[in-house]
Amino acid sequence: MSWSGLFSQLLEIAVALLLAPLLTGWVNQCRAWLQNKSAPSLMLQYRMLRKLFHKESVVAEHASPLFRAAPYIVFGCMALASGIIPTLSTDLPLSPAADAIALVGLFAFARVFISLAAMDIGTAFGTMGARREMLIGFLAEPALLMVLFSASLITQSTSLTGIVETLAHGKFTIYPSMAFAGVAFTLVSLAENARVPVDNPSTHLELTMIHEALILEYSGRHLALIEWAGSLKMFAYSCIGLALFFPWGMAEVDAPGATILALPVLVFKLAIGGALLALIETVSAKMRIFRVPEFLATAFMLAVIGMLVHFLPGA
Amino acid sequence: MMMQAYLIQSINLFASALLLLSFAMLSQRRILTLIHLFTLQGAALVAATVVVAYVTDQHHLYYSAAITLVTKVFVIPLLLHRLIDRLNIKWDVETLINIPTTMLIGILLVVFAFNLALPIVKLSSSIAHSTLGIALACVLLSFMMMITRAKAVPQVIGFLSMENGLFFAATAATYGMPMVVEFGIAFDVLVGVFILGVFMFQIREQFDSLDIRHLEKLKDD
Amino acid sequence: MEYLLLVLVIPLLGGLVLALCGHRDYAPEVNVGVSLCTLVAAGLLTSHIIDGGPILVLDRQFLVDPLNVFLIALTALVGFTTSVFSRPYMRVERDRGKMSPKRMRLYHSMYQMFIFTMLVALSTNNLGILWVAMEAATLTTVLLVSVYRTAASLEAAWKYFILCGVGIAQALLGTILLYLAADKVIGAGGGALLWTNLDAVKTMLEPNVMALAFVFLLLGYGTKVGLVPVHNWLPDAHAEGPTPISAVLSGLLLNVALYAVLRCKMLADGALQNQLPGRLMIGFGLLSVVAAVFFLARQKDVKRMFAYSSIEHMGLMTFAFGLGGPVANFAGLLHMTVHSLIKSAIFFAVGHATQKAGTQLMANIRGVLKLSPTVGWGMLLGTLAILGMPPFGVFASEFLIITTAMRYLPWATPLLLVALGVAFAVIFVRVQEMVFGDSELKPLEHSPALLPVFVHLGLGLMLGLYIPPYLVGWYQQAATMIGG
Repeated sequence: MSWSGLFSQLLEIAVALLLAPLLTGWVNQCRAWLQNKSAPSLMLQYRMLRKLFHKESVVAEHASPLFRAAPYIVFGCMALASGIIPTLSTDLPLSPAADAIALVGLFAFARVFISLAAMDIGTAFGTMGARREMLIGFLAEPALLMVLFSASLITQSTSLTGIVETLAHGKFTIYPSMAFAGVAFTLVSLAENARVPVDNPSTHLELTMIHEALILEYSGRHLALIEWAGSLKMFAYSCIGLALFFPWGMAEVDAPGATILALPVLVFKLAIGGALLALIETVSAKMRIFRVPEFLATAFMLAVIGMLVHFLPGA
Repeated sequence: MMMQAYLIQSINLFASALLLLSFAMLSQRRILTLIHLFTLQGAALVAATVVVAYVTDQHHLYYSAAITLVTKVFVIPLLLHRLIDRLNIKWDVETLINIPTTMLIGILLVVFAFNLALPIVKLSSSIAHSTLGIALACVLLSFMMMITRAKAVPQVIGFLSMENGLFFAATAATYGMPMVVEFGIAFDVLVGVFILGVFMFQIREQFDSLDIRHLEKLKDD
Repeated sequence: MEYLLLVLVIPLLGGLVLALCGHRDYAPEVNVGVSLCTLVAAGLLTSHIIDGGPILVLDRQFLVDPLNVFLIALTALVGFTTSVFSRPYMRVERDRGKMSPKRMRLYHSMYQMFIFTMLVALSTNNLGILWVAMEAATLTTVLLVSVYRTAASLEAAWKYFILCGVGIAQALLGTILLYLAADKVIGAGGGALLWTNLDAVKTMLEPNVMALAFVFLLLGYGTKVGLVPVHNWLPDAHAEGPTPISAVLSGLLLNVALYAVLRCKMLADGALQNQLPGRLMIGFGLLSVVAAVFFLARQKDVKRMFAYSSIEHMGLMTFAFGLGGPVANFAGLLHMTVHSLIKSAIFFAVGHATQKAGTQLMANIRGVLKLSPTVGWGMLLGTLAILGMPPFGVFASEFLIITTAMRYLPWATPLLLVALGVAFAVIFVRVQEMVFGDSELKPLEHSPALLPVFVHLGLGLMLGLYIPPYLVGWYQQAATMIGG
């Protein structure tokens, strides 16, 4: 492990922690603009986190230790995930610890804990939310894996840094299979991050909410951690998308100075990505929960076709 | 040389877009979106044909691209739009099999088509020969769309999208058919769409619906 | 060359003229006149070919050889007699309010266009144009089948369009594959779809691709031939369209589609050098014969019943051409001719009978013989002829097919015999019930045109007793060409 590696690893985690709420704020702002509403401040997320951290955390009487531990576990998972996804540099000491498959496992781990915690209290909403969350999860994970495999097939590696290095620094080639993977990935990320066609992040309507139902019982610093983890998850997904489909502008192993230069590129790419997300959310309507399996099945199919296209005869 | 490589890769990309759009059409419930997707598919076809024409310097392919552009991207979608406006249907696409099952069968069809294309691909020396499997897959997928849709308009769109797949197969394998034949095919397709449009009015007049499940009275008994 | 141009231009012009004046009172006569001119031109073309041998004209795009010239003559003949039959038949339909003047115009114009597309399909040398002409023939007949605009006729036409559209798309795929295989050998000078060029190099075509191409072509054009399992459109289209159209569908269109399959088979045989194309055709043919007989027994509608009989006979021809060799091919060609003559004669007679009875349900048609002896005898004789009673021509061709089958494919013979026997029993009993018995119906206001019925039956009888030597020579040449 070189010093520059350590530096870029730490920088990357710090950037993730700091930028994640900003990304959420940016998406909300774009959404408000597109919907002709007056936009909330970009800093709103930070202020909310600060407010929540200062508040007392109320926990239900019958809550088990699991309920208290869950926010920390979830937050830890997401922070680790943002650590192993290459955003600024491919020289990450943590990356050998977890490849693309382990990354999906990390997300699944967090999902299991938040669902268990939601059922822990025994309220109806929590259980319902947990059920729906698991439904989405078990459909979305295989699709995400297939997307990552499409990229792995091209680059002959399941390590995320390996994939990015090959894609970004190899000879530029148009991969048709990545077009399918890209569409599939977009669908999966919308579902995983509780965005509009699947879930509405700004609603608390009993019958439709999924993600919000899970965290109804949390308050104070627990809620703050979970909200922050949510932002981190969206940040992580955006970075996976950027790493797979737009990997250019990232620093290489032997160019530590470039890590700093990669930062503005990343911010620029994220800004565009966030605006596109807001656009998708504005133009599509939320679908009924029964349609979600179909939505995710589509994503899975597309990812599989992407892999098939890779094996196109004669190509 | 570098440029050439990118152009050939972009043919593959457009081919994949065709396949992607075929799948999108297979999973689409709304008629209006279906027509948009069909238009897009036509556009992807035109783009692929133009690139093939440019790379191989086959001038007649420019003409066939132009024919496709006029018929598949402008005239036919326009006719379809006017048709659904006048018939006042926008939402009504019903499938006979649920969509995830359809998609699953669709994947099997793609695998089958790729295997079917293997001996042909070996024979063809065209620069786009690797996309033949995709063309066959598009044909089979549209075929399935025709089978699984209960309404008249989606069936027709399935038929037209099958024609797209066939056209692409011709471009990919042999740089298109002779000009006379392509004109003939385009003419037949146009006339066919026109006749079907007239038919739909009459079917609705007779049955008060465009559900072709009404069209099952004639049985062998 | 002039004659060929005439054969093609006359119906085309006729179609255009009738598009303008098809609703007038004299339109049926114009229709007959145009068809007669086509027949005369086809006769001249035929004698020209008999004297001077095959011609390859118009930049090699058109080919007339012994195989297709006899089909061209047959098409012109049946086209003419059907127009004679349609004259009083459609007048009755108009008087009964089933046809408005606009529809009469559509009917007459499309009738000529249909004949035109079939003649183009038969005479073209370009397999691509063959495809285009077949598709155009589908389009014109779709309009003709739906001309009554009733729920049932719309349903039949819709089914016809969608099924044949899918079928013909398979044929296009087959044509593309054929072009691919030919492109390798012939090169990019164009002409890789010209049948004569393909025939010259057929042994050099890549066998795998040709096998695939033939499968698609057989399925595609087979849909139009009415081969089981892709036959579903055929009974509906026959039953719900006007009867003259049923006659030309059965008598001509199915032949043209089979002709397309034959042309492709000749190429596939050359390229593959094995039994695959023949075996496929034998399989489809046998399946069609057997399945059609099963369906036939369940029919209540007389036109549907005879439509299934057409499927049976097309299956028999496909089987014969699948067997291959000079005898079976000869029998297949003869069967093509007599089936087309006699089946259209039956449809003429049945058309008059149903028009009199005002229904197509066999249970409601009784006493045709009493009502009109000529129509009754026409129906009865036609039925006997199509069922293979000697001395009609169908007997001769079926006898030849079955004896050849006995030699090369013994296990298929009992199947064929049983199928033909069942068909005989079913159809004969049904027709006999319709023809004899009592009836109180009044005669029709336009006297029926029965000349075509008896001309066709007479020709069918003649072909059973005596085939003129030039016709024999002609069949033999065509049979040798098909080979296999």
